[in-house]
Amino acid sequence: MKLIFRVVTVCCLMLIANVWADEARPLHDDVAVEAQVRRLSEELRCLVCQNQTLADSHSELAEDLRQEIRVMAIKGMSDQQITDYLVERYGDFVRYRPPLKSTTLLLWFGPFALLLGGGIGLFLMLRRRAKSAENSPLSADEARKVNALLNKES
Amino acid sequence: MIPEIGHFALILALIVALIQGVFPIIGAARGNAVWMGLAQPAARAQFLLVAVAFICLAYAFATMDYSVTYVASNSNSKLPLQYRIAAVWGGHEGSLLLWAVILSVWTVAVSFFSKHLPSAMRARILGVMGLISVGFLLFMLSVSNPFERLIPAAMDGRDLNPLLQDPGMVFHPPMLYMGYVGFSVAFAFAIAALLGGELDSAWARWSRPWTTLAWVFLTIGIMAGSNWAYYELGWGGWWFWDAVENASFMPWLVGTALMHSLAVTEKRGSFKAWTVLLAICAFSLSLLGTFLVRSGVLTSVHAFATDPRRGLFILAFLVLVIGGSLLLFAWRAPTVGRGGKFGVVSRESFLLANNVLLAVAAISVLFGTLYPLFLDALGLGKISVGPPYFDTVFAPLMAPALFLMGVGPIARWKQATLPELAMRLRWAFGISVATAVILPLLLGHWTPMIGLGLFLAFWIFATTANLVYQRLRGADQPLIARIKSNSYSWWGMVIAHLGIAVFTLGVTVVKGFESEIAVRMAPGDVAHLAGFNFTFEGVTEIEGPNYSASRGHIRITKNGIERTLINPEKRVYHVQNMPMTEAGISPSVIHDLYASLGEPLDGGAWSVRIYHKPMVEWVWFGCLMMAFGGLLAISDRRYRLKGRTKPLPENATEIST
Amino acid sequence: MKRALLPLIIFLVVVGFLFVGLNLDPREVPSPLVGKPAPAFSLPRLDNADKIISNKDMLGKVWLFNVWASWCGACRDEHHVLVALSKSGVVPIYGLDYKDTRLDALQWLAEGGNPYVATAVDENGRVGIDYGVYGVPETYVIDKAGVIAYKQIGPVTEAVLRDKILPLVKRLQIQ
Repeated sequence: MKLIFRVVTVCCLMLIANVWADEARPLHDDVAVEAQVRRLSEELRCLVCQNQTLADSHSELAEDLRQEIRVMAIKGMSDQQITDYLVERYGDFVRYRPPLKSTTLLLWFGPFALLLGGGIGLFLMLRRRAKSAENSPLSADEARKVNALLNKES
Repeated sequence: MIPEIGHFALILALIVALIQGVFPIIGAARGNAVWMGLAQPAARAQFLLVAVAFICLAYAFATMDYSVTYVASNSNSKLPLQYRIAAVWGGHEGSLLLWAVILSVWTVAVSFFSKHLPSAMRARILGVMGLISVGFLLFMLSVSNPFERLIPAAMDGRDLNPLLQDPGMVFHPPMLYMGYVGFSVAFAFAIAALLGGELDSAWARWSRPWTTLAWVFLTIGIMAGSNWAYYELGWGGWWFWDAVENASFMPWLVGTALMHSLAVTEKRGSFKAWTVLLAICAFSLSLLGTFLVRSGVLTSVHAFATDPRRGLFILAFLVLVIGGSLLLFAWRAPTVGRGGKFGVVSRESFLLANNVLLAVAAISVLFGTLYPLFLDALGLGKISVGPPYFDTVFAPLMAPALFLMGVGPIARWKQATLPELAMRLRWAFGISVATAVILPLLLGHWTPMIGLGLFLAFWIFATTANLVYQRLRGADQPLIARIKSNSYSWWGMVIAHLGIAVFTLGVTVVKGFESEIAVRMAPGDVAHLAGFNFTFEGVTEIEGPNYSASRGHIRITKNGIERTLINPEKRVYHVQNMPMTEAGISPSVIHDLYASLGEPLDGGAWSVRIYHKPMVEWVWFGCLMMAFGGLLAISDRRYRLKGRTKPLPENATEIST
Repeated sequence: MKRALLPLIIFLVVVGFLFVGLNLDPREVPSPLVGKPAPAFSLPRLDNADKIISNKDMLGKVWLFNVWASWCGACRDEHHVLVALSKSGVVPIYGLDYKDTRLDALQWLAEGGNPYVATAVDENGRVGIDYGVYGVPETYVIDKAGVIAYKQIGPVTEAVLRDKILPLVKRLQIQ
């Protein structure tokens, strides 16, 4: 009985809720445009902030630029075109993803070159070591010292 | 009066630190026991003096003494007491004092727990830490004095930056500094060993628990900072690759490598030079981080107000400390022995490979962080290197490291064979590949990154499970006894590795499956996200101690059943008139439901951002597991200093990592 | 020995860069517009909203284009420098009143003096975006052909004027 009562109450509440509740409207109607604005503003830097993306910044300029991006997105411009538009005005500084060009080759490929170099160096080193090197993990002298110290610890 | 006492205590501390830094090291070189013996009392006296200075500054904050410039710039009479105390480290000068205090805490801890060390070694270690302290005390007393008077005194303070008025401010900086500064112990051990020419396994054993403890603090500190950003910044991000975040992450990466390298050095006597270099680098990167935050060389949301003299001072200090130790390294390292022999396929090799990967990752983070500076200094233009770059570069660098994590602990020391490893890991491999393919398909969304992330997470789960199963197998003993028969440090490794898996899983799922909406909500409006209904019940105005806030009420229901109520806030702090967002979050194991208030719109409506963040809590829980694993490893009885009089039985020296 | 020196060498290189970096401002972003034609605008004038001012009006002469606003604190610092410059008559200054309200702007000029031949009103900041404005005040030196020759970010100080802007203006005026 109690259960039925509760179910009925819940249903009534839901009905009431449905009568009262309005769908929250998206802030901007065009979902695809908004997704593009979001995607772009997450990769672009707010110029007046210390170090924030356009998406995260509350500064006025960031707001204006987001609006500008929105206007361009509505016009149907591509990500590349919109980014270019901003780079023309503010320089590469606005891009958190630095463009690939002569001055950034090292930035983009440096880590992987380093990884490759490290890997090769490691392999050569391991091979050389496997052939030579002393066979005892600790030298006799060292082992004696360790034991002496361990005995002393108290 | 009290600030003057603090100032005077700092001056005395500097003198004591000089004594601690100079005499014991010379004494150790000359075999002068009296000079060496100065280290211990000096370390303790210095701790007391720095602590007095710290207490004086805290007292000035607590009593709102606005005749002290630093207090007047970083607090306000309306600021609640806990934040007035946290404000001690809310600015440049006070955070340096926190640095010095924590350094002296570590020093004193070393002075108490180093009775078993040879006296020359102990004198050198404490001496090196004293010299570091000299640098910081001198820095404070010359260009960053927290006790500087303001005449005439301010009527009231300019307040602590509202961003910092948060419980996170109470825990995050001390934890982080405990980590940063804790690496000074490993550093001092390494320098002492280089000075004394005693780079043996004993050295590795002594510095291991210290290194691990510092790493535990750093892990918790970074985690706390990330979690703080998550709920404070209001956009649900938890890692931004900001210069200062990177500055804490680099020592973490190198410290992780160091822990593993120390294990090999202790157990097998190998990699000694490499381990010493890592110890130097871990602390050097901590110092570099301090420089980056305080010099104004890079822009960061965390940067302190800058002064070129300060930048120059720290740079000179860096050159002395890091340059000096690297020079010492270059001089002494070639004389270090090479240690035990091992095959190309062996646990040593896997650990070394992981070390290389972690080092490459750390260098890459450093490289990306400094690259804009490099270009600018060379006049080649200004660029920004941000999250898209680091995400792109970092994932492929770390993926092999995570893969090797599954193999390393299973491989034998000295010599393992690939076929044997493959046999043992084939099930783990199959399971993780299957999960990586099937799970995203069930969830309805597959990308290469999701696949890779899930594969690595389940790979670590599966291989670790395999490892534990192999160790606990065998029915001759009850399970409890079998669990106990493995050392704490081994279990610590298992838990820390599982923590990495949990972390990886969390990152992968939240990055791959999070969703968000931005809506206009009038009271009574309902928004839908991820199957939940978010009903906006309006906003009430509340008054905090030093801010006014609009507190939103959002009721979350699913299928008509009420789940929870969240209260995102929009605060305006009175003194600095700065708006702040406080997200409303309903956290759970499965997902966080997260809302933040934007701007008020017409008709009582607000712009509201709502986020669905699946498994985001796993990110931080994974970090906690890593930290817990570290603690477990330290509590291993091999490192216990008391009550042990005879050598350990052979099996107890089993290396965990 | 050689290999062991590598970390030290790398460190010293990094230190060299950090040292240079101490004297650089990481927040100052050089404009990519220098050497390019000034973006076109036609905007209402501050003194008379019905009149339109365009960058084409200034073709054939060297001019300064100063972006300012009444809400901008740093603009107050440079204002007297600009007023003095305009009195000297060396180079005409045009203003861009950026994201401001007309009344406040007029009052500001009435109080501090008006160094501008004319001021264009950029109420929504659209033209500011075209010029890559990110920190008011900013000042552009534009040559006879309408090409941007220099951009000053932040207030024009007497030193900047003497060492950079005026020599450049003189050179451009001769061309």
